[in-house]
Amino acid sequence: MLKKRIIPCLDIKDGKTVKGVQFEDLRIAGDPVELAKKYVKDGADELVFLDITATLEGRKTLIELVEKLSLEINIPFTIGGGISSVQDVEALLKAGADKVSLNSAAVRRPELIRDIAQQFGNQCVVVAIDTKNIAGEDFVFISGGKIQTQLKTLDWIKAVTDLGAGEILLTSMDFDGTKNGFDIRMLQNVAEVCQLPVIASGGAGKMEDFTELFNETKVTGGLAASIFHFNEIAIPELKNYLKTQKINVR
Amino acid sequence: MIAIIDYVAGNVKSVQNAVEKLGFETIITSDFEEIKNAKKVIFPGVGEASTAMKYLKNLKLDELIPSLKQPFLGICLGQQLLCNFSEEGNTKCLGIFDLNVKGFPATDIVPHMGWNNLQQINGELLAGISADDNFYFVHSYYCEIGKNTTSTCDYILPFSATLQKDNFYGTQFHPEKSGAVGAKILENFLKLK
Repeated sequence: MLKKRIIPCLDIKDGKTVKGVQFEDLRIAGDPVELAKKYVKDGADELVFLDITATLEGRKTLIELVEKLSLEINIPFTIGGGISSVQDVEALLKAGADKVSLNSAAVRRPELIRDIAQQFGNQCVVVAIDTKNIAGEDFVFISGGKIQTQLKTLDWIKAVTDLGAGEILLTSMDFDGTKNGFDIRMLQNVAEVCQLPVIASGGAGKMEDFTELFNETKVTGGLAASIFHFNEIAIPELKNYLKTQKINVR
Repeated sequence: MIAIIDYVAGNVKSVQNAVEKLGFETIITSDFEEIKNAKKVIFPGVGEASTAMKYLKNLKLDELIPSLKQPFLGICLGQQLLCNFSEEGNTKCLGIFDLNVKGFPATDIVPHMGWNNLQQINGELLAGISADDNFYFVHSYYCEIGKNTTSTCDYILPFSATLQKDNFYGTQFHPEKSGAVGAKILENFLKLK
């Protein structure tokens, strides 16, 4: 049986791992390669690295970091942040990344999804969506959550599915950093109609939050950052707990 | 020397890293002679079947691969291309494994993406592997079950997780991305005579 995935996310800024609370107030959380090795040993199912400052500063991707990661870890990993062309993707995949995550660039130029999927396959195209509820409706935000678009989250998911995305990484801006649990309402609305694998992000604070996520929604992966980086929840402990709750994990 | 077939779209680097970590020398190549003379050959295909077959044809590798006598491992699309025919792009494939490749019905989330375990485990490639071990899969098309099947996996329906015929081996999952158990499978392959 397909297992539910537990995915630590390493937000990268200037080569260090950081985690903001609701995208602000960055704190240093350590060397990404060392953290990645620890998570692989702990039983993480995948890793996601997001260069969170790349879009704002126009910084290109972190090829050297990807090469180091590719040497050190033997589970799938995704790289995001500042990817805006097929050439960017080619360089990252060649350096050893398995998937790339597109966010703002996909909104600005949706055909990029199709171009990447055609050349490298759907499986490597993750579309990351930052979503926020405005007066009862879920809207897509870009540029690290700074700019609201007119795109409704549900419509955008349908569009990227048709364009050839292979997976959706869905972050609730309302819940991100709060540690009050995942945004179950939004994830039910969105993930229920999505035909692609969805990774839920934003709000994980305790082990029970993952049980609720996997029992109440159709998402296939749960992503979190600070609870893992600051050792609030250890992955082996989380997985053992989920097994006792009859959630299928590796 | 272990030849890893260079395929423009693929993450061949991960396969190379995984094999070299096990202490074997590798070469990433699409050269006919280098592949022909390698001790073992790995084909880590990703992407779309008809594009990949065109690529092989342009390099005349569609003629070379079926004639190879050394151990050959196709990974993911690499396994699917060793079958007769793929529904993906209605593609005639290399015809080594006598079965076809079909698209998953859309009754659940596609692609099948993530960690899954195997059943009906047989053969030397899977020595030391049990039904409790999980491997990383990511695919929208699957190989049917047939007489070359050496293990199955279940997602939406049962399909061939691994295949073998003579010196040809295939895995639908990515051993290079499946942690320690994946490395075990690569090691089993690299130890083959």
